[in-house]
Amino acid sequence: MSTVAVHDHSVSHDHDHEHHHHDTFITKYVFSQDHKMIAKQFLITGITMAVIAMLLSILFRIQLAYPDKTFPLLTTLLGRFAPNGRLDPEFYLSLVTIHGTIMVFFVLTAGLSGTFSNLLIPLQVGARDMASPFVNMLSYWFFFGASIVMLSSFFVQKGPAGAGWTIYPPLSALPKAMKGSEMGMTLWLISMVMFIASSLMGGINYVSTVLNMRTKGMDLWKMPLTVWAFFLTAILGILSFPVLVAGVVLLIFDRSFGTSFYLSDIVMNGKLLPYSGGSPILFQHLFWFLGHPEVYIVIMPAMGISSEIIAVNARKPIFGYHAMVYSLIGISTLSFIVWGHHMFVTGMNPFLGGVFMITTLIIAVPSAVKTFNWIATIWRGNIRFTPAMLFAIGLVSFFISGGVTGIFLGNSALDIPLHDTYFVVAHFHLVMGSAAIFGMLAGVYHWFPKLFAGRLMDEKLGYFHFWVTFICAYLVFFPMHFMGLDGVPRRYYAMTEFPAFNHWLSVNTFITWAAIVAALAQVSFLYNFFSSIFFGKRATQNPWNANTLEWTAPMEHIHGNWRGDIPTVYRWPYDYSKPGHDEDFIPQTVPLSETMSSNLPHDFEDNPAGLEIYNEWAKANRPSEVK
Amino acid sequence: MMMAQIQQKEDRLSLQPKKFVMWLFVFASFMIFAALTSGFMVYAGGRGHALNVILPNIFMYSTGVLIISSVTLFLATRATKRQEVSKQRLFITLTMILGVIFFGLQIDGWRILTEMNIFFVEPNASRSFIYIFTGVHLLHIIAGLLLLTSALYTTYRSKPQSIIQFRLEIASIFWHFLDIIWIYLYVFLLLNQN
Repeated sequence: MSTVAVHDHSVSHDHDHEHHHHDTFITKYVFSQDHKMIAKQFLITGITMAVIAMLLSILFRIQLAYPDKTFPLLTTLLGRFAPNGRLDPEFYLSLVTIHGTIMVFFVLTAGLSGTFSNLLIPLQVGARDMASPFVNMLSYWFFFGASIVMLSSFFVQKGPAGAGWTIYPPLSALPKAMKGSEMGMTLWLISMVMFIASSLMGGINYVSTVLNMRTKGMDLWKMPLTVWAFFLTAILGILSFPVLVAGVVLLIFDRSFGTSFYLSDIVMNGKLLPYSGGSPILFQHLFWFLGHPEVYIVIMPAMGISSEIIAVNARKPIFGYHAMVYSLIGISTLSFIVWGHHMFVTGMNPFLGGVFMITTLIIAVPSAVKTFNWIATIWRGNIRFTPAMLFAIGLVSFFISGGVTGIFLGNSALDIPLHDTYFVVAHFHLVMGSAAIFGMLAGVYHWFPKLFAGRLMDEKLGYFHFWVTFICAYLVFFPMHFMGLDGVPRRYYAMTEFPAFNHWLSVNTFITWAAIVAALAQVSFLYNFFSSIFFGKRATQNPWNANTLEWTAPMEHIHGNWRGDIPTVYRWPYDYSKPGHDEDFIPQTVPLSETMSSNLPHDFEDNPAGLEIYNEWAKANRPSEVK
Repeated sequence: MMMAQIQQKEDRLSLQPKKFVMWLFVFASFMIFAALTSGFMVYAGGRGHALNVILPNIFMYSTGVLIISSVTLFLATRATKRQEVSKQRLFITLTMILGVIFFGLQIDGWRILTEMNIFFVEPNASRSFIYIFTGVHLLHIIAGLLLLTSALYTTYRSKPQSIIQFRLEIASIFWHFLDIIWIYLYVFLLLNQN
């Protein structure tokens, strides 16, 4: 809404771009309004948060593997949170909570959508920047603030929030309930309100940009699947995050003002508290109305990224482009009517449970459509196994093996024994955790030259990173299915102390070591990432021979993305290995008139004049094919 | 001359997405109120207490004031399109004054409610919801007043007509939305009085 922005982006002449911008360090690197710089800010903040969340998970894995051992080093590192060389049980809960919160929201929502929607939407639809660059900048800084507030909770006396990432009341609503419900929980709530503001500002911008700022010729059905995925993800965010705001506002009033929205009949230290009539289930409804679309907010961008990378590296058109789009739309719509499957054991009416079960199982249909289409795209492709391609295939693998267990959990009857066991942990860590992280990593490897002015990441380190991470992720999460089937509950500090679960200790130790190896493998990624920014191999302008618009933009980052006019789009983005063309890719900017030898009748579906020219050409040049 | 024309055309092109941003924000806000009212229904329909409050008449007056403010804002928009600057300023100012009066009436409504022994912090959360609905709506009213201020301020600067019109349009989308959402909340509360 600033007038500055209006003038900046109205300029469409070469020389103006060179004279207009005298960026200072602050406006270029800190308070930048350029979508490419904001994407980098989101990515690096996201990676930092991911590393922190990973270290937290290693800490609680050590506790699970060695419940009886003391590690004096832990006391040195964590002080009062790990007295006498062992993690404090309440701090263990905080670790689990903050690990979940950071991974779901800060890494896989902001880090993933924030990075790739910002980078790719304007570049792939052919826009000079976002609809409102200023709001876009605010979106990053709110995210940054939310990250700082969330991490600052490690420095308060009682430690961070500990009620689980879903912060169910009454635990989260009564500051006196446990250490993790005090100041840490307040900070969690403040951080999330900032985070939601950031998400909304980002999402609103993405939707407006996709709908209003596409270049000439770029109709909706010519958009790459990445843009479709980011667009629908942003819509999900706009519709679901406000509901969490409502839920959180009521929670704040219960916590700090004494209302009883979620509280009823609470006895604490033998004293009956004055709350009455409130319903903790109400919070669960409000939370999961966001929470379930949220898991699709996490996975859909990763799906879009993988679709694009798989098509580019299989050198084939994506199989079933329309089906891919409609399945994304289907998933988006269905994601709003399945939230009840998180609440099967809350005493829900069995009929209502049945309804939620049916809607949940229906989501398997569009998900399967996507999976089959990825596999069909790879089928007999001329595959190039770049690191990005490997990670994209890894996503498909995790999505299948994690998705299958979703069918089990979606059954309201089966969910009763499986609820809150390690089976659930295994399910969502594969289907949305590992899968989405792999999609994000695939994107980083693939679009690194676009992020960091024409540099490539090292391939060999990429392969090493992929194989170790891929194998270890399965070694970590696969055994958890069996623990869950045996009834091992999640979030327990020392569940192997129970005689019934004693025999799982060896498996826990194994998982922990697999997790440590996976964590060490990430060092190779971090080294590769940061050294390649400065010393990476120089890429060509279009290193992967891809069709989409971002590779037509100059390698060095310029404000406004393209010199001169924005290129016009003439075709869909998946003309790979088109028969009759001399190269195995035809960029979207190449008009059909320049590729007569490879045109097909269906390229002219809504273009009778073009079809006529095509028919004449075919009559003259390919008499055998004309009927 | 040619250059100026291009500039203007592009200006208009790049204002459109920003207007769309406001529409999307309206959708997001609407979801907050939808969630709060659904929360009320889940609470009151479950084991929670019913409202059992006859709403004081002051909310009827404030509703009237807000509706009139929408009318004055419409007149301001018309004046802007006809480029009648003084009328435009008059009607925007009038809208803002009515907005402030609405704000005051709502706060006074809270005072009257407390005199009726209906408090925000009490075991019956249905009654707390009245304060939540009006409070969250008032926060939006503050944002709306800020947008109107920016629209008014622009008329005193030498800005192109397209910008002046754009600022007012942004403010009107939001203000009319606030009007409609308040009517929705008021009717919702009236229907749930018992």
